[in-house]
Parts: sequence; C-alpha cells; structure tokens
Amino acid sequence: MDEILKVDNVSFDYRDANVLRNVSFTLNRGDFLGIIGANGAGKSTLIKLILQILPLAGGSIELFGTDLAKFRDNHRIGYVAQKASSFNSQFPATVGEVVMANLYSKRRHPFFRYSRTDHKKCDEVLETVGMLEYKDKLIGNLSGGQQQRVFIARALISEPELLLMDEPTVGVDAIQCAQITDIITRLNQGGMTIVMTNHDTPELIRLSSKLLIFCSHGNGEFLNRADLTVDEVNTIYAGKRGHHHD
Amino acid sequence: MREREGITMIDMFSYAFMQRAFIAAIIIAFIAPCIGVPIVLKRLSAIGDATSHSALAGIAIGLLLGINPVLGGLIFSVLAVLGIEFFRKAFSKFSEIAAVVIMSAGIGLTALVSGFITSGAANLNAFMFGSIVAISDFELWLTVILGAIVLSAFALMRHELFFITFDEEAARLSGIKTGLVNTVLMLLTAITVSVASRVVGALMISSLMVIPVACAMMIGKSYRLTVIWSVIFAQIFAVFGLIISYFADLRPGGTIVLLGVITLIILMIFKRGR
Ligand SMILES: Nc1ncnc2c1ncn2[C@@H]1O[C@H](COP(=O)(O)OP(=O)(O)OP(=O)(O)O)[C@@H](O)[C@H]1O
Ligand SMILES: [Mg+2]
Repeated sequence: MDEILKVDNVSFDYRDANVLRNVSFTLNRGDFLGIIGANGAGKSTLIKLILQILPLAGGSIELFGTDLAKFRDNHRIGYVAQKASSFNSQFPATVGEVVMANLYSKRRHPFFRYSRTDHKKCDEVLETVGMLEYKDKLIGNLSGGQQQRVFIARALISEPELLLMDEPTVGVDAIQCAQITDIITRLNQGGMTIVMTNHDTPELIRLSSKLLIFCSHGNGEFLNRADLTVDEVNTIYAGKRGHHHD
Repeated sequence: MREREGITMIDMFSYAFMQRAFIAAIIIAFIAPCIGVPIVLKRLSAIGDATSHSALAGIAIGLLLGINPVLGGLIFSVLAVLGIEFFRKAFSKFSEIAAVVIMSAGIGLTALVSGFITSGAANLNAFMFGSIVAISDFELWLTVILGAIVLSAFALMRHELFFITFDEEAARLSGIKTGLVNTVLMLLTAITVSVASRVVGALMISSLMVIPVACAMMIGKSYRLTVIWSVIFAQIFAVFGLIISYFADLRPGGTIVLLGVITLIILMIFKRGR
C-alpha cells in the first residue's frame, strides 16, 4: 500500500520536560489517525515534529517515502494549527487573500501571478468548507468557527495528500463542529490521509481508522482501530489514564 | 527665495531644484508606504525610527568627513538593520528592545558627531527635517536607482511579504524562506530611510511609512487595496506637502507629515460618524 507517513522511534524533550518516548507508527493513503491524550501529553509536539516546526532530535520520520530532512514537496501536506486564529483581528486581509496565499507552496518562485485557475481553485475550496459567500469579507470580522473553516480551506488549496489538524474544532459550537467533522470525513473518503487531535475523544475514536493514545509519559500506544470495538478502545484509554493517575 | 507673492504653479515647476524635489518626493512616496505596509502590519514600526536615527549618525559623519551624506546615511541604516537582527536573536519575542537599543546608539552617535561639525550644522538640520534646496545629480540618480530596486523587490516578493506578515509559521510551511525575506525587508527599509532623508528628512521618514498605511487601513477592504490606498495617500501628502511648503516657505518634511496626520484624524472622525 501507498505509505504516506512513517514515524519511527521518535523521542523528544523540551529543555526540562520529557514529552515523547519512542513513538512509532505508519500511515497509508486514506488512513485517518486520531491522536488522543490529555493536555500536555505531546500531541501538538508530534505534529510539529512532522512539520519540522520543531527539530527532530531522536528517531526518524519519513513523508511519502522521503526522509524529513530531504522533503521539499510542502504542498503535499496541509496543516491547520491549534489556535490558528491568533492573528491580529484588525489585519486587513480578505478570506480570499488568506486562502490564495498558500498557493505559494505549489509555485515556489517569486514571479508568479494568480491565474484564473487559481481563483477557481480558491472558490472551490471555499465552497468545500461552505465559506464561498465570505470570500471578499475581512477575515478578522468572521466568527471563530468561520475562521477555522477558512484555515481548513487554506490548507486544502495546495491539494494536500496528508492533512494534519491540531484541534480544528476548538472553540467551535456544536453545529459548526458537526459541519467541520463532515467536511473532514468527506475529504478522507476522497482518499486524503488525515491526522487529527481533538478533545472530544468518543467522536475522534468513531472517526479514526487508526489511533495513537498518549499517556502523560509520552510513550504513545498505536492501535489499529479496525481491530477493535469502540468499547475496547475506551477500556484501553481509561486503563492508560488510570495507570498514570495513581 | 522669499518674495513669493504672485508666483504661480508654472513658475514653481520651472525651477530645476523644484523639479528634482518633486521627482525625489514622488519616488519616496511610492516606496515608503509599500515597505510601510508589512512593517506596520508586522508591528515593527519602531524599526523605522531606529533605522532613521542611525541614518542620521551616518549623515552627520558624512558631513564631517566630506563624504556624500546620503551615502553615509545608507551605510549606517544598513548597519542599523543588521544590528537590529543581531539584538533580535537575543530578545526574539521583544523586538522593540532591539529597535530601542539601535535607536539610542544612533541618537548618541549623532549627538557626539554633531559636536564636531562646525560649518555644516545647518546642513545636518536640513537632513533631519527635510529640505527642497538643490538635490545634486548624484543624489537624484541614487534616489532613482535605489527607488527602482526597492519597488521591484517589493513587487517580486509581494506574495511572500503578505503571507509572512499575516502568518509567519504557515508561510514557512509553504516553503517561503522567511529568514531571507525578513532580512531583505529590513534592507529595503534601510534603503528607503536613507533615500528619503534628503527631501523628507530622517526624522520624518518613519511617519511617511506609517501614516499613509494607517489612513489606508481606515478604508481598505483587503490587503491589496490597503497597499494601493497607502501609495495614493503618500502621493497626495508628498505632492501637496511640497507645493504647500514651497508657497508658504515651510519645511517640506514637516508639512508632508502634518498633512498626513490631519488626513488621518479627518478619516477617523468620518469613520466614527458612520
Ligand atoms: N515551547 C515549549 N517549551 C517547553 N515545554 C513545552 C513547550 N511546548 C510544550 N511544552 C511542554 O511539552 C508538553 C507537551 O506539549 P504539547 O503542546 O505537545 O501538548 P498537547 O498534547 O498538544 O496538549 P494540548 O491538549 O493542551 O494541546 C507539555 O507538558 C508542555 O508543557
Ligand atoms: Mg496541543
């Protein structure tokens, strides 16, 4: 099968905190990996290592069969950050401008102009997240959930094969949350590989085809969701948490 | 240059020194707001001040040693942005510390050097607040060439600058070399400051980078329109500022900047009123 992401024996420490211990797993095309763990368990840290926002110290990571250090096809990866909306709300930029900016990952040279296809593509991804009518609105004037959908659209415009989402539904109301989940499910059914963290654990377990469960000590346990029932997963997760709470 | 009664616009443009002042001012009014937009939106406005005060030190040294002052200003403003980058590494989350350290160094050096300038004191004053007295051939060409460099660099990097300004992390993930683009932006700032010191004045240039952008943000409905409007505002301030300063015998830098501030206040009142 088509190997998209391979994390091999990855460990990571911040100056004074051990965060990840020997984490290993492999994702194939079309997988949906849910990362579960309490606050501070290391979920964001793992995603940042994959994106090279943090430098890899121990272990190795391969993207599309290429070692992370040599990987250059940025457009094949999409990222929606935790707290993506931490930009200045008075920033004068429209939804369309924000989404189009990420086309850079496909061009990579300073001389390009946006073509009609680019504008069409922008409309298409905004349509996907249900935000097309807001294209010319200032991004700072949207609600948190709407902004989050715009940031998903921004990730989608480079047509990524792997989409990493760090709590994409944080601070989003139940209805918008369901809509975003719907969008993600559809993308996954279309063949996109998804990595997602989320504090709605039962929901994430339901969506995922694979699970990475972190306890507070960072050795994530990798499970193939297909082999387990939801109840079994819950038991394992509860067991891991209980184990470290004594 | 007194006795202006009865002098018309035509007369004004027939003077070679006024033609040169207008050419220089129009070039500056193109590049200052273009560089100003990312500087303001990245919350780096203090860097304009730090650079211009360092440029002043270079201008003073130039006047003292008989080197062209604009060239002296250029060298020192480039040194200043490199210095800011250096200090920013130590205080990465508090870039204003770096700006203030460099600005202090610039002011201190200017104060020291100006004590030795005996004949050219009035000259230094002209570079602080701007003047429309004859711009030399060399200075005009320097302005044209450096202006063209800044403008084409801005045009080439416009997508990168927007992305970095809005979301630096996402920009880096899309493959933009953010460190390089930021350094180039700083160098463009240095060039803009030194070029503008002649007509607008070193102490006025950071205002010309900030005020048109502030005005544009009052009405701009997108990033693109904010850039376009800030250039339009800067052109209006520069051209009318020069005309007013010519007829009223005022310092051009001060006139241009105050015209900008008044416009900004009017725009704010209008916006409140709606
Ligand atoms: N920049 C940093 N410097 C030092 N320690 C950090 C830093 N960022 C995170 N940590 C620590 O690393 C651990 C893991 O953080 P991480 O952000 O990966 O957790 P998380 O699982 O994403 O949590 P959350 O659910 O709150 O988002 C935490 O204990 C945190 O205190
Ligand atoms: Mg997190």
